[in-house]
Amino acid sequence: MSEPHSLASLVRPSRTSPITKLSGLLEPHRLILLALFIAGLVAAILLMDWSWLPRYLPKLWEGLQMTLIMLFSSVVVGFLFALPLGLAQVSGVWPLRWLATGFCTVIRGTPLLLQLWLFYFGLGALFGQFPEIRDSWAWDYLRQAWPYGFIALTVSFAAYQGEIMRGAFAGVPHGELEAAEAFGMSRIKVFTRVWFPRALHRALPTLTGEIILQLKSTPLVATITVMDLYAVITQVRQTTYLTYEPLLFLVAVYLCLSGILIVGLRWLENRVPH
Amino acid sequence: MTTVFDLSLLAFEPPGWGKVLLVGFLRSIELAAGGYLLGILIGIFGATGKLYGNKVVRDLLEIYTMVIRAVPELVLMLLFYYVGTDLLSRASTAMGFGSVNIDGLTAGILVIGLVQGGYATEVIRGAILAIPRGQIEAAHAFGMPPSKVLRRVTLPAMTPHALPGMANLWMIATKDTALLAVIGFSELTLVTRQAAGATQSYIMFFLAAGVLYLALTLVSNLALRRFERYARRGLVSAR
Repeated sequence: MSEPHSLASLVRPSRTSPITKLSGLLEPHRLILLALFIAGLVAAILLMDWSWLPRYLPKLWEGLQMTLIMLFSSVVVGFLFALPLGLAQVSGVWPLRWLATGFCTVIRGTPLLLQLWLFYFGLGALFGQFPEIRDSWAWDYLRQAWPYGFIALTVSFAAYQGEIMRGAFAGVPHGELEAAEAFGMSRIKVFTRVWFPRALHRALPTLTGEIILQLKSTPLVATITVMDLYAVITQVRQTTYLTYEPLLFLVAVYLCLSGILIVGLRWLENRVPH
Repeated sequence: MTTVFDLSLLAFEPPGWGKVLLVGFLRSIELAAGGYLLGILIGIFGATGKLYGNKVVRDLLEIYTMVIRAVPELVLMLLFYYVGTDLLSRASTAMGFGSVNIDGLTAGILVIGLVQGGYATEVIRGAILAIPRGQIEAAHAFGMPPSKVLRRVTLPAMTPHALPGMANLWMIATKDTALLAVIGFSELTLVTRQAAGATQSYIMFFLAAGVLYLALTLVSNLALRRFERYARRGLVSAR
């Protein structure tokens, strides 16, 4: 846990990565590798059993939407929670600081799957015991699975991102804050005009990696019966008794998703002036 | 509400589930440690291959690390588990040994190790690149063969640079073992769920397992920090 940044930088492919350059594909050994890859792909299409695919396409599409909804909603809401978490750890009064640090440590120190099951099986069963909750409007949501998945993913993202925001807030050079104060800015203005924008700017490059990590966490919600992409594929595997085809399809889809996310987020990142 | 926290269920002896949880916890640690060590091994080979290998090796390793970083661990573990056991049993049938059953621990370690290896490759590659070039050149100039350069110079010199990243990977390894519960390995998370299901006190058991995981994280964090201080002795501190 010593360096939260390094993990995100691992997920993010280096900009000089040779394969990402299109012109690099024309080297002879890569052409051979590419030919082998295409041959493997053709063999996979011809020799393997893909007859289930057309039947399940609508379900897969719904699963993909569920995966993306889970990803983006938890990233957005988690990020909103990460800001106060990071700030409290840097400058809060001690009860707040301890609470925020303890929250981040506990969430980052235990597996997401365990947290998810605690929320779904534990809290879900607990809520059901109270007639007040059963009769309230919230029960319509609380008896479904997706709110627990959303909460677990959000809490996890908030804790990891909160740790990064802590580093980002702490890393803003002190002189800049002092300069802002010397201009006679109020504490709130120092925060909104200098401290917060500078911290956000520092935290932005790690965000791509964190979002990819979050994408890789989403299939866990399938274990609590949320029908995401992974859950649909599990269903395919159970009804068709196929082992490889659905899994390979899933790997291909996640590769595409990660690729699209990386390219899209990099495009967004480049629009932010450095 | 008394049913939610009936602590006697955590007792060590059979009416309580304490022993089952602890055995599962030890199994989780075994899986994490085995997978981590395998990951380091793959990482060393992967990093040297990426830095010093020929073009084809480099591209293949690039694809390996890319796939590991882009695909969810859960999916990778399923794939490695089925492909690995299937290939092994097919190979042994083809060689006439009959079908073999790979025990769960080995399969779990292989699966975790292959995932860890992808990340470890990147960490170690970065750490080797952080070694001043002159040190490796000097070793070559003394006439050491490449394997000796690696053993005597490159690996010891890159250790302090790799430690923060490798410490992170250990934390990931301990948490990734929980994913094996989905495939059906009886490690801490799965036995916790079984215990919770049998006694219907979900919250208490999941919290108890959480405490165990957290204790492991905190203790290893302390140990790793101490080891890092030891490995960095004699280096000018970076910050």
